[in-house]
Amino acid sequence: MNVRLVVNGVPYDVEVPPRRLLSDCLRHDLRLTGTHVGCEHGVCGACTVLLDGRPVRSCLLLAVSVDGLEITTVEGLAHNGELSPVQQAFADCHGLQCGFCTPGFLTTITAGLRENPDPTEDEAREMIAGNLCRCTGYQNIVAAVMKAARP
Amino acid sequence: MTKMFGAPIPRREDRRFLTGGAAFLDDLGHDALAVALVRSPHAHARVVDIDVSGALDVDGLIAIYTYDDLTGALAEPLPLLIPHPALTHGRTAHALARDEVNHVGEPVAMVVAKDRYLAEDAAERIAVTYEPLPAVVGIEAARHADHLVHDDVPGNVAANYTQAYGDVDAAIASAPHRLSLDLAVERSASTPLETRGVLAEWDTESARLRVWSSTQTATGLRAAIAAKLGLDLTNVEVITPDIGGGFGVKIVHPWPEELLVPMAARALGRPVKFTEDRAEHFVAAAHERAQLHHVEVGFDDEGRILGLDVRFWHDHGAYTPYGLIVPIVTSTQLLGPYKPGAYRVEFDSLYTNTVIVTPYRGAGRPQGAFVMERTVDAIARDLGLDRAAVREANFIQPDEMPFDFGLTFQDGRPLRYDSGDYPATLEKLKKLVGWDSFEAVREAARAEGRRVGIGLACYVEGTGVGPYEGGHVLIETSGKVKVATGLTTQGQGHQTVFAQIVADELGVPISDVEVVTGDTRRFPYAVGTFASRAAVMSGSAIALAARNVREKALRVAADALEADTEDLEIVEGVVRVKGNPGAEIALGTVAVLSNPLRYAFDEASQAATQFVVGDPGKPPVADDDEPGLEGRDYYSPPHATFANGMHAVIVETDPDTAEIRILKYAVVHDCGKLINPRIVEGQIHGGVAQGVGGALYERMAYDEDGQLQNASFMDFLMPYVTEVPRGIDIDHLETPSPLNPLGVKGAGEAGVIPSAAVFASAIEDAEGIPITSMPISPSELFELRETATSARTDSRRHSEDQR
Repeated sequence: MNVRLVVNGVPYDVEVPPRRLLSDCLRHDLRLTGTHVGCEHGVCGACTVLLDGRPVRSCLLLAVSVDGLEITTVEGLAHNGELSPVQQAFADCHGLQCGFCTPGFLTTITAGLRENPDPTEDEAREMIAGNLCRCTGYQNIVAAVMKAARP
Repeated sequence: MTKMFGAPIPRREDRRFLTGGAAFLDDLGHDALAVALVRSPHAHARVVDIDVSGALDVDGLIAIYTYDDLTGALAEPLPLLIPHPALTHGRTAHALARDEVNHVGEPVAMVVAKDRYLAEDAAERIAVTYEPLPAVVGIEAARHADHLVHDDVPGNVAANYTQAYGDVDAAIASAPHRLSLDLAVERSASTPLETRGVLAEWDTESARLRVWSSTQTATGLRAAIAAKLGLDLTNVEVITPDIGGGFGVKIVHPWPEELLVPMAARALGRPVKFTEDRAEHFVAAAHERAQLHHVEVGFDDEGRILGLDVRFWHDHGAYTPYGLIVPIVTSTQLLGPYKPGAYRVEFDSLYTNTVIVTPYRGAGRPQGAFVMERTVDAIARDLGLDRAAVREANFIQPDEMPFDFGLTFQDGRPLRYDSGDYPATLEKLKKLVGWDSFEAVREAARAEGRRVGIGLACYVEGTGVGPYEGGHVLIETSGKVKVATGLTTQGQGHQTVFAQIVADELGVPISDVEVVTGDTRRFPYAVGTFASRAAVMSGSAIALAARNVREKALRVAADALEADTEDLEIVEGVVRVKGNPGAEIALGTVAVLSNPLRYAFDEASQAATQFVVGDPGKPPVADDDEPGLEGRDYYSPPHATFANGMHAVIVETDPDTAEIRILKYAVVHDCGKLINPRIVEGQIHGGVAQGVGGALYERMAYDEDGQLQNASFMDFLMPYVTEVPRGIDIDHLETPSPLNPLGVKGAGEAGVIPSAAVFASAIEDAEGIPITSMPISPSELFELRETATSARTDSRRHSEDQR
């Protein structure tokens, strides 16, 4: 099937089988490999992308189901080579180690801060409570959310 | 120049991870053929027949392999990587099952197709006929040996091993007090967010193989592939891309897929890739932790341990590719910071029809710490003494270092602690957590109807085991410094910490230093990343290599500046004569001068041709010299260096629901000199979180048939942010190691080691019920309460009856 995806502002026309996952389409058809797949059943959150601005698990969506929609992946967060406030806060706070789960956190938090630009620490924890990280123990990720909100 | 060693600088590798520019294994090889494995659905069965005919018409199918397609060394069992004299009945699997499967998930056939979807379609249509056999699941069943995992291994025992010093029987028999304990730890697993994966390309014309793998050892894998595929080592390259966590599981090599994928790439002449999915990772990678312990201990009135006798049973799963490393680590590191008067430890390493057990962060130490710390707590309870005081009474003192137990550690070297100050560590921890004022906290909570408890636990960790690592440092004519070491990186920040070391050693800006790890093309001699060894081993080797380069740079610069090397310093990448401004030469220019040229290709090289450089009466490169400004060196330690630490936790247990909440978590940690405190603290945070998982949530729920009931992230409960402590208070000691040039000790595993012990201690303190098995869930704690209540009622009835 032919699908039109608008990813990070760029339109792509792509021919995919109906069963192709959005995560696989982004990664292997469009070669935007910043979106990672950690569990393929929607629990870890590594594959989170923004669909019309809202965070979704791209491993739980079929590419054909998002025809015509706007998608933001981690590759679309920086502007003109400048890190977004969330990305910069992760670097400043040592919010990543192996970096595999990081894109899902970055997209989740980007959307979360749009909805709640000035979170309390409890709200910051709530914001990331659906994403798994096996390296950092989350301490510095929480710090990064707070810092991104108040750079 | 600001000193980089010891500075908490931000990581230099972060940008690519933050922008989607990193390259993990599955980010490579988009056009490669894809692999799917047919895996055993049975824990124990004979493979009677494999019928592939149903798969042959699947669109996009390229090839199907079964055991019968394996030839030469590839048809032999997989390597037993770490043999040991006590491992009398070691067994390893075949890359594809030959006639028997011994755990759910064992690979039986491999499909290669145009993409993974099609490969899975074909795999589903391969019909394997099995004759199921009785499954041996759990340590009790293995020990009982009603059924055998391997017909030729009596009692399911792969190894029985004892180490001892002193006369433990006499010491316990003559002790004023004696206790015995039975303790248990269940299975968990490394569970990195990135699963395993391997990509191989065969170059038909040059007969060379290039392999990318998400492995913790590029050089080990390279040697294994060469041996198993019958290739010359020089014709095999292994490259590690960015790796999404390892925590031990990726040190196992070669995984079946790491041989089968290169085999297929060579046979088909096309790139082939395997990316493991999450369900596969649960049943086809490795687990750890499960052990049962029986302890007999004799002690005096102050709680000093006079004799400690430990008998334990270790579940190593279906095969023993990684030898006895985990139980040997348990049996030696169990001792922690203490010096029992006499000690004996004996273990059986047992086969079960479950996934193999190989090191997971901590590698047998969490179990050892759990057993030792439970024992010390039991002694304190028995004598009515403060738990911290009993620990103090048993500590090895700083003036007893180096302390040699007379036992052999996992590396075959003496168990010999090099340095550490345990009393000072405990002092810091007591302050950090508020140990001495906790009774007031308990009373205040009790007044509110709340139940709280405090626990502490100590550990010593042998880190930085040999045999060796190496480093290569090259200064280019641009002044850029290229550093390579052979071991691999899974998120530890090596591109930052190794650059910090080099920047200081050479006197160059850190922005000029670039570090490459885990690429056999850049550095072919290495061991791997495990046992908290990277900073100790490669850090030291890189420092030594940088010192060689510095020495040569000063020699060449001294010639050019007509000065003595002693009068030179290197600042910001420029060699200059101290106190003589203007008399200086950039390191890049020194690199130019160190390589006499015949051909000039730019202005810099014009200055270095053999026609303008050097004494025309002598050879352009002296007999004992080499062209270029580079150095290579190796670090090989006499034995491991022993880091230590202590954790304390305050928990609240809900009187009704038995929910366990963490109120405070404190860590005091001594890993010698800190290269980058920010990165070390990050390692501790991550270790503590994994420890929380291991203590309160994570277990591998096998049923009696050997089916893993919770093989998904839905059911295997890794901590989210909601489960980890809100804030971890950390304090450091820096007791340098005398064994290496940097004075460093390993830090990677530390955070996870005392977790089961410290939570058991705190929950027991809150509840007043002995905690002898970890992990512990709210429902298990609830059960323990019920049992304890009915036991109390029974004993009251009993004493009333007697009256």
